Amino acid sequence: MSAQEQKLYALTGLFEKPEEILHAADTARKRYRKFDAHTPYPLHGLDDAMGLGESGMGWLTLIIGTTCMLLMLSFIAWVSLVDYPNVWAGKPYFSLPGYIPILFEVLVLTGAVGTVLILFLIVSGFPRNNHPLHDTAYMQRTSDDMFGLCIEAADERFEEVSAREMLENLGAKTIIPVYYDVKEARSGLSLANPLFLGFAVVVAITVSGAGYFGLNRMVFMPPFNWMSVQPRAVAQETKMVFKDQRSMQQPVDYTIPRGYLPETFGKDQADEMGKYLVNPLPQSQEIFELGKEKYESRCSVCHGYYAQGDGRLPADVGLNGLSLHSPKVAEQWTDGRIYHVMTYGQNLMPGYAKQLTRDERWAVIHYIRALQRSLNPKESDMQ
Amino acid sequence: MQVAKKPNTLPDGHPDFSVQPSVVLKQPTLHDITEVISRPIETKATLKWYIAFAFSVALLMVELVGWGISFYYGTGMWGNNVPVAWAFPIVNFVFWIGIGHAGTLISAILFLFRQKWRNGIARFAEAMTIFAVMCAGLFPLFHTGRPFLPLYLMPYPNKHAVWVNFLSPLVWDVFAVSTYFTVSLFFWYTGLIPDFATLRDRTLGKDMVSKIRKTIYSVLSLGWRFSNRHWRHYERVYLILAGLSTPLVLSVHTIVSFDFAVSGLPGWHTTIFPPYFVAGAIFSGFAMVVTMLVFIRYIFDMQHLIPIDTLEKMNKIILLTGTLVGYAYGMEFFIAWYSGNLIEQFTFINRAFGPYAFAYWVMISCNVISPQMFWFRKLRRSVPIMFVISIFVNIGMWFERYVITVTSLARDFLPSSWGWYNPTLVDFMLLLGSFGMFFTLTLLFVKFMPVVSIAEVKSVMDGAQVHHHHEEDPVDTEATIIGGQPA
Repeated sequence: MSAQEQKLYALTGLFEKPEEILHAADTARKRYRKFDAHTPYPLHGLDDAMGLGESGMGWLTLIIGTTCMLLMLSFIAWVSLVDYPNVWAGKPYFSLPGYIPILFEVLVLTGAVGTVLILFLIVSGFPRNNHPLHDTAYMQRTSDDMFGLCIEAADERFEEVSAREMLENLGAKTIIPVYYDVKEARSGLSLANPLFLGFAVVVAITVSGAGYFGLNRMVFMPPFNWMSVQPRAVAQETKMVFKDQRSMQQPVDYTIPRGYLPETFGKDQADEMGKYLVNPLPQSQEIFELGKEKYESRCSVCHGYYAQGDGRLPADVGLNGLSLHSPKVAEQWTDGRIYHVMTYGQNLMPGYAKQLTRDERWAVIHYIRALQRSLNPKESDMQ
Repeated sequence: MQVAKKPNTLPDGHPDFSVQPSVVLKQPTLHDITEVISRPIETKATLKWYIAFAFSVALLMVELVGWGISFYYGTGMWGNNVPVAWAFPIVNFVFWIGIGHAGTLISAILFLFRQKWRNGIARFAEAMTIFAVMCAGLFPLFHTGRPFLPLYLMPYPNKHAVWVNFLSPLVWDVFAVSTYFTVSLFFWYTGLIPDFATLRDRTLGKDMVSKIRKTIYSVLSLGWRFSNRHWRHYERVYLILAGLSTPLVLSVHTIVSFDFAVSGLPGWHTTIFPPYFVAGAIFSGFAMVVTMLVFIRYIFDMQHLIPIDTLEKMNKIILLTGTLVGYAYGMEFFIAWYSGNLIEQFTFINRAFGPYAFAYWVMISCNVISPQMFWFRKLRRSVPIMFVISIFVNIGMWFERYVITVTSLARDFLPSSWGWYNPTLVDFMLLLGSFGMFFTLTLLFVKFMPVVSIAEVKSVMDGAQVHHHHEEDPVDTEATIIGGQPA
């Protein structure tokens, strides 16, 4: 480096004691505007000595944090009221107490990160590693154990002789002029720098390529796709898992479903059923109502609303049920015999065990008995 | 490598850097502090460090194998299954998050309370926070079963036209833990910048390694110049970060406890959970800091940097929080009885005397009984005793999360849906291995970064601040970290 390229940046003085730098800063303030103090640690009182006011960073945090929090709140409100309204846990669509944790975290996150980024990137002008003070003996001492006062040559009242004189009078142990390279000072960050452009292109290609690969290719490769191709047992499939080639095990013998009881008598035991089974249900209002409901939905189609064999199907279909008022049904058959027909069917009539539970069948029988009696009342009913 | 041997070109005859630091001085100079803290970074690591590092990396390998198995074959390799669907992963997650909280407590809350003894350990504790949160975060990520799709945790516009449920504690958790990690990282890095700048200015060698180091420090320090025009904003920002981190640390473990407390499970659905979890987190975190500090002190011969007084103060906090946690255990039982809820009562009797009773009594003896020894000054100041007790506390606090998670899930309302939990080998690999990750990161940090904040320690030294404006508030010289003795 030749001396022609160098320009004076500042005249700096190093002090040993914190009291000295406070006094020096106070003195420098009265003569110069472009000056700075450099200390290895934040020294209390130096702000006042340099004539700097309170730092306003706290307001910045407050503004950033509350703004982002309100933005988040309006985003959540839009999601939960407009775009994706859902009732979750019985809460209203917009349930502010449940959003407070998220809002608080957003406040802290944006407040802290925003403040730090603004402090370093904007207020301090970082990253900057080409400042004239870098790599000087002055900086090496102020970062370690001495207190420095730096008077910049750019100040309009700067004169090298008088500034040196002032530093000497203030008791500076060492006075170091700091020069800077004019060319180097101009070599800041430039968006047109080919190195930077190349780097940006590489980053852009890498990020978009990785994103495309991750979301459109990778998730369809093993092991990422194992959620959709995982081995699983399908009912009725005959290839795997158990010795007998089934994929679902058969229940052990005599297993019955919950709430299910087998019928006491089989399909060919109509007479035994008629002889041994009695209607277990009481003749109560609810039972008759249940029987009426079930009769009208299941039986009346063929047998008619009054069990007279006049169902609503057209006659040529040939499915009109028999009248249940015939002497056979009304007088000879017991409740158990009717139950047999309802359970297993007879002639064209299918069994209704699938459609009606036991109790419903017995309730229907009660209702049929009531219908029979209504068309053929006894003497005692005629009052 | 030649580092900072004779950088001094000043003609003033000030003592140059090659002079051995005089740490035993009652009145260390500013240069001594720079020297003491920077020397471990600039010199070769000791044999003790290499042994510890080899051991940690071996454990880390165990964890990596465990994560590899879990990633390739899926979470079926773990022991958790219905009804105990949350087992080791959640236990480890809460355990590590809790450990992280001590770091924030030391760096932020004690900063706000102007506890100067914190300056010696704050940086280290903050680093521990970050590493612990890193260890913690892997567990829920893998527990989702699709660790390659973490994007789904965030509310982002997607073609499924689905948004996250903002009322779910699990979504709160995503926000809380990611915020906590980010803010802790920024807090830590903000504190590190001036120290990186000091290291940058000390690295003056002309060989390749020194140049690489200097480049790294220059990049990391962002070009910090120790300018007072920067310091004044910097200090305010540091205060703001401390002020923001303090409610943050409370909110994070409150939200972690909401994962349990907002559900309807007996033993989880209690309002004591947030304060109880926060106290437990500070308790386990301080125990972990003590364990690590005793260890690091030994490995790096840093007895002068981390004096016994600091450790004693930490033991007092362990005693306080341990007793708080013991109170919470008792209060849980009381409320179970007082509520008159039979299922709640059964849950707590089942915890203490049921099939998982061993875990409960390990928890009680480690967490409630062992810290009571710290009532005695001699035991508080004994390094072996505090090392053993802090490890007991770590074990006990891990079992606390195990008891809460597993016993409540294994036996809830219907006896027909009760179950049993057996961890698998992979579960244990991940648990042990997460310690490996933690130790490895900590050892790397201690070797390559200033383990004590240089600027902060200088600022609280005797005579560092000018006090003619504040005569009534003299600096407590005993509290400065060097020597920990009255000047």
